[in-house]
Amino acid sequence: MNRFAELLDRLSYEPGRNNKLRLITQYFREVPDPDRGYALAALTGALSFKHAKPGLIRELIAARVDPELFALSYDYVGDLSETVALMWPKTSASSSVETLPIPDPSPPRAALAEGGEEVAATPSAPLPPPLRRGEVSGGGPLPDAGQGHNKPPPPTLTEVVTTLATLGKTELPAQLTRWLDELDETGRWALLKLVTGAMRIGVSARLAKTAAAALGDKDPHDVELIWPGLSPPYLELFAWLEGRADKPANRDAAPFRPVMLAHAIETNDFAALDARDFIAEWKWDGIRVQAVSGRDDDGNVIARLYSRTGEDISKSFPDLLPSLHLSGAIDGELLVLREGRVQSFNVLQQRLNRKSVTPKLTKEFPIHLRAYDLLADGEADLRLLPFVERRTRLEAFVAKLDDLRVDLSPVVPFDGWAIITAARADPAAFGAGDDAEAVEGVMLKRRDAVYLPGRPKGQWWKWKRDPHIIDAVLMYAQRGHGKRSSYYSDYTFGVWTEGSDGDQLVPVGKAYFGFTDEELLQIDRFVRRNTTEKFGPVRHVVHEPGQGLVLEVAFEGLQRSTRHKSGVAMRFPRISRLRWDKPPREADRLETLERMLKTDVEASPH
Amino acid sequence: MRPQELLAPTASGLRCRLGDFYVDPVRPVERALITHAHSDHARPGHGTVLATQETLDMMRLRYGDNFAGRTQAIRYGETLQLDDVSVSFHPAGHVLGSAQIAMTCNGLRIVASGDYKDAPDPTCTPFEVVSCDVFITEATFGLPVFRHPDAAHEVRKLLDSVRLFPERAHLVGAYSLGKAQRVIALLRAAGHDAPIYLHGAMEPITRYYESRGIALGDLRPVKDMKKAELAGTVTLAPPSATSDLWTRRFPDPVTAFASGWMRIRARARQRGVELPLVISDHADWDGLTATIKATSAGEIWVTHGEEDALVHWCKTQGLAARPLALVGYGEEDEGASTSAEGAA
Repeated sequence: MNRFAELLDRLSYEPGRNNKLRLITQYFREVPDPDRGYALAALTGALSFKHAKPGLIRELIAARVDPELFALSYDYVGDLSETVALMWPKTSASSSVETLPIPDPSPPRAALAEGGEEVAATPSAPLPPPLRRGEVSGGGPLPDAGQGHNKPPPPTLTEVVTTLATLGKTELPAQLTRWLDELDETGRWALLKLVTGAMRIGVSARLAKTAAAALGDKDPHDVELIWPGLSPPYLELFAWLEGRADKPANRDAAPFRPVMLAHAIETNDFAALDARDFIAEWKWDGIRVQAVSGRDDDGNVIARLYSRTGEDISKSFPDLLPSLHLSGAIDGELLVLREGRVQSFNVLQQRLNRKSVTPKLTKEFPIHLRAYDLLADGEADLRLLPFVERRTRLEAFVAKLDDLRVDLSPVVPFDGWAIITAARADPAAFGAGDDAEAVEGVMLKRRDAVYLPGRPKGQWWKWKRDPHIIDAVLMYAQRGHGKRSSYYSDYTFGVWTEGSDGDQLVPVGKAYFGFTDEELLQIDRFVRRNTTEKFGPVRHVVHEPGQGLVLEVAFEGLQRSTRHKSGVAMRFPRISRLRWDKPPREADRLETLERMLKTDVEASPH
Repeated sequence: MRPQELLAPTASGLRCRLGDFYVDPVRPVERALITHAHSDHARPGHGTVLATQETLDMMRLRYGDNFAGRTQAIRYGETLQLDDVSVSFHPAGHVLGSAQIAMTCNGLRIVASGDYKDAPDPTCTPFEVVSCDVFITEATFGLPVFRHPDAAHEVRKLLDSVRLFPERAHLVGAYSLGKAQRVIALLRAAGHDAPIYLHGAMEPITRYYESRGIALGDLRPVKDMKKAELAGTVTLAPPSATSDLWTRRFPDPVTAFASGWMRIRARARQRGVELPLVISDHADWDGLTATIKATSAGEIWVTHGEEDALVHWCKTQGLAARPLALVGYGEEDEGASTSAEGAA
């Protein structure tokens, strides 16, 4: 566990992709099976044990420390695992610190450090028994006092992973507590990251697989292709990478294939691009899915629907699965169609995240797949064909499928960027017709683009429609999490409305991105200097007609909401500009949003 | 008498009406008592300044000869009578010359500790506990997530990295008053006797430390060096310099930062630090709580930093406690600003 913790720790500070790769590959080289395999599984999110809920971790720490101190610390650190790792009290040491009298004038820690420096100067000298901070002796302390000499050794990664896989739910708290006592701060942090399944150390699954491939000088793409058939601890993968065995085969009948993503295009990107190299399609405002069908060893059809991250979402769409009766893998968009018309995202959203999929739901929100790519046709993997050839195969595939629930995403004909610019501005006039409301822009795909996982440069571009914009007033701020921890980076903003005693601000949304790092510093400073009240972690920021900060908020759509006091909810809101120049009284009014709502809602039949 | 009659927070800082002076005022005042020379505590433009000789010397180095109308030096342990109040200065262990200020009147004693640490530091006089009725504590690291490791261990991490990457330069961000000199002294104590290079902004204060008898070994200005010669060396620079164009003069630099903030991973990452060194000139959580108990004060006033947690802890210990809500201290440090001074 310690070697793995050290790897995670170093990765978490390493900004460079190549250095990250080197660190991971080096780890695979040094660490034997099966530990390295479980590490690869951890980095790719492939570990199968049931993750410990953050609630459990909170209970463990609550039993050990003052809950108020924990709440303040968590708010400050912004990461549950790290907060607990840092706060976890050293067994039995805390009491000696509590009662520590500080003699005057030379505190005991001065005596300790002299010993510490002696150890540093003579590293080969045998180490005296470890001391806890606060104890005085003629010897020297170990750097980390967490390792008591009579403690069991810290667990290995394999031990942690295999124990977790078989552990009953009721045994988990006691086991975690034992491990937390045995590990040092970095070890505790890594353990908690692992058991909660929230690594967030800036390493994608793709990067980890690339590092594995580098171990055997293989193409990362080859690892991706066989990946769906592999499982932790990947003994056969490492055997192949080290030249001790043949390449493993992919055995899943309906595997997920990592998806290809598009870059957002900027106006100045066009100069370097030739329109003749590209095919254009509408960008549909639905959900990106991969619909895969194959036959298992007994000849049964296996059909699955995956989200863009590879999550199996078949259960939520049983009404679509019978339509996937031809072996192959379609990349496309999930939409709701009523009488042949694509509905807005607001309508689709009402079908999502439902606990049970009732006949009423499937009837009211008929699901549909709009196909725009074909990754496999029968047994043939098409991903290394150019896009234009895959498109031809896709057209034939959809025609053969001949199913009302699956159709082709049409190509938008164009012969220059001017046409595409016009089509993006007015999809209805350029072929989208009645479906124009569900178009959120255009996609530009290179004719010769092979299907590569991740977001390869210059292959696929997305060009979204301009968002809606309003000016709102910053009302409350909270500290962010992850890389923005300790900054005030979550903002609640409001617009003006007529209240009982004149105009008042009503909150209409929250946003926590869209601003630059420099703007974040500016808002953070503003929040700290203009806080009028604190409610727990929430800061009430001054918002008067003549005093406050106006935020220009961009968003994609608007929905009626009973959960919000204002009655509206925004889709994908983000801060697009800071309006230091604008006094809050000039910000937008709720009526403006209500007018937008009317035009949005008219597009759907309810 | 009530403590508030002896000392009260005002917009200019802590004011002692009976003694007619302020402690670490943030605006120009007639009479100022200053705990230490960091710029958020020691500001220019006061009528009379009372401080330790080292604090006065370093204020002069930073602000020029006319930094105050009049100055008066006071030694640790010496007592002065200012109107109705007797005043004494005691070591705070924060940086060279740093002091806690004890104010006594009618049997009531308040100690304003300024910034302090109870951890050992070879470059300044160790912290001394002063018993009092009211103890004013800082709270820069006033959360139980802050437990600073042994500084010698952190310096070993730096030296290990220097050995691991002999072809790269190691650039250590450290506040130029106190932290830089402490890191140098720790490097020397760990057996590193090669030349250590200094950013120009580090020089005056570092040379002043040497003039006060603190041996720091072979120190050289980095500006005279060629890029290739800096491979395998250690250079100290103000934190702000480690992220600007200036770093281009170094071969593939490893960016380190010596600060208590480095305990929090996100803080290190936000600053682009690759080698975080948790070395702090402020007391950590255990240091703050142990010190508060040791003063035997019944009332604790908490200022600059994470006041809420420390006030809460004091109350769980049966101590009266309140946040002072003074503005102007440690501000530049909060929110991971890149400003150099603030000295965490």
